[in-house]
Amino acid sequence: MNFGLMLEAVAVLPSGIALTLTLTVLSLTAGFLLSVPLAFVRAFGRPGFSGAALAYTYVVRGTPMLVQLFLIYYGLGQIEAVRASVFWVVLRDPFWCALLAFSLNSAAHTTEILARGLQSVPRGVIEAASSLGLKRLQTARLVTFPIAFRISLPAYGNEVVGMIKGSSLASTVTLLEITGMARQMVSTTFAPYEIFIVAGAIYLLLTSIAVKATQFLERRLSTERPPAQRSRSRWRPPLPGQGLTTPLP
Amino acid sequence: MGGFTAQFAVALTVTISLGLISGCLGTAAGLLLAISRGMTHPPLARIVTAYTTIVRGVPELLIILLIYFGGTTLASRLAGRYVEVNAFSAGVIALSVVFSGYATEVFRGAIAAVPAGQTEAAKALGLGAWQRWLLVIGPQMLRLALPAYGNLWISLFKDTALVSIVGLTDIMRVAYVGAGSLRAPLTFYLAASALYLSLTTLTLLSIRVAERRYPALGH
Repeated sequence: MNFGLMLEAVAVLPSGIALTLTLTVLSLTAGFLLSVPLAFVRAFGRPGFSGAALAYTYVVRGTPMLVQLFLIYYGLGQIEAVRASVFWVVLRDPFWCALLAFSLNSAAHTTEILARGLQSVPRGVIEAASSLGLKRLQTARLVTFPIAFRISLPAYGNEVVGMIKGSSLASTVTLLEITGMARQMVSTTFAPYEIFIVAGAIYLLLTSIAVKATQFLERRLSTERPPAQRSRSRWRPPLPGQGLTTPLP
Repeated sequence: MGGFTAQFAVALTVTISLGLISGCLGTAAGLLLAISRGMTHPPLARIVTAYTTIVRGVPELLIILLIYFGGTTLASRLAGRYVEVNAFSAGVIALSVVFSGYATEVFRGAIAAVPAGQTEAAKALGLGAWQRWLLVIGPQMLRLALPAYGNLWISLFKDTALVSIVGLTDIMRVAYVGAGSLRAPLTFYLAASALYLSLTTLTLLSIRVAERRYPALGH
């Protein structure tokens, strides 16, 4: 163990955090936006549409993300039409390729997570909403989705952690995020232990923060607060004469 | 595809054996860790928790790189000359470590889900510690763990693709080499996807069969 090198890695590697976080946040966001309509189709759509959504999630979740990344980064260029199109400017760039691959992958995982959440929303709640006169879109936006999101949150937290870890694959298409920086440092210093351990510690920090943030959100959104907490938050000092007092004899 | 069909066939066996070996080693380690965590010995439980937290919080790719390059450095230092660690064994070690980290958590959850009354009843019947694990808790726990445990195998087969980055000639590596030499990346990566997809489908089907054969008791 060479502690000098470790200190150097501690100084150098954090400059890759920005790219790791950019890739993670952008692909999670794009994946989430894509997955919400897909999840509704998957959960409540007609068999044909639901099957199409399932086919997408099944293929994406059944193949390694590395293959998907290479398919987009190396594979798409083989099609002449793609190289001639305006998209080639984007698809030539490793950053956009990685972002596209990660987003599509995250969308597939998130669709399954949300669809499972949507399916476990009690039917009675949806019926109650429609009997209150809410339109279908209103029911979905105000009732079904919020409940489904709360149910899906623990699983979605895993997806966030998985995406932080998965973003390390970007190093295979020459991007210099944390793993890419670490690999570059190792190739010049030949000190794999010190540098990869520091890189691992940075990832561990990021994933721990994501886990804590999910747990915090779960607690915030939970409707089942411990009774003591609930009574305290609802407690108002009684106005004079309104307090429950035992009548004096 | 030229002569790459034969290479893909060999690569498929490499991927499958890498997955099977690491999965079995990881399962054994995960079972041991989960059982030792369940025992009332706080320091040991804390070490196991730290291990699973670290393994599950660090990218699989980084663990593979660490064990391959770190292993090469360590072996070279021990031997006094340059020794390169075999990519296959580095992959087996790395994937077993990853698998054991997740499997520990799955088994721990399943052990906790077996009602405490079962252990108490087994004790009341006079069964020893070994008999309790083998005859009472073990069978119930494994059935409860089966769905989550099956998902770990699917992830494992997908993770084997990462070992190609350190030079193992698995499906991914053959696709990479073929894509480069025949200038047909789309064809080769689609072929690789198809192979991985059939592998994960096969795994999924076997889990479904196992789940139907061994459903969780009392549910």
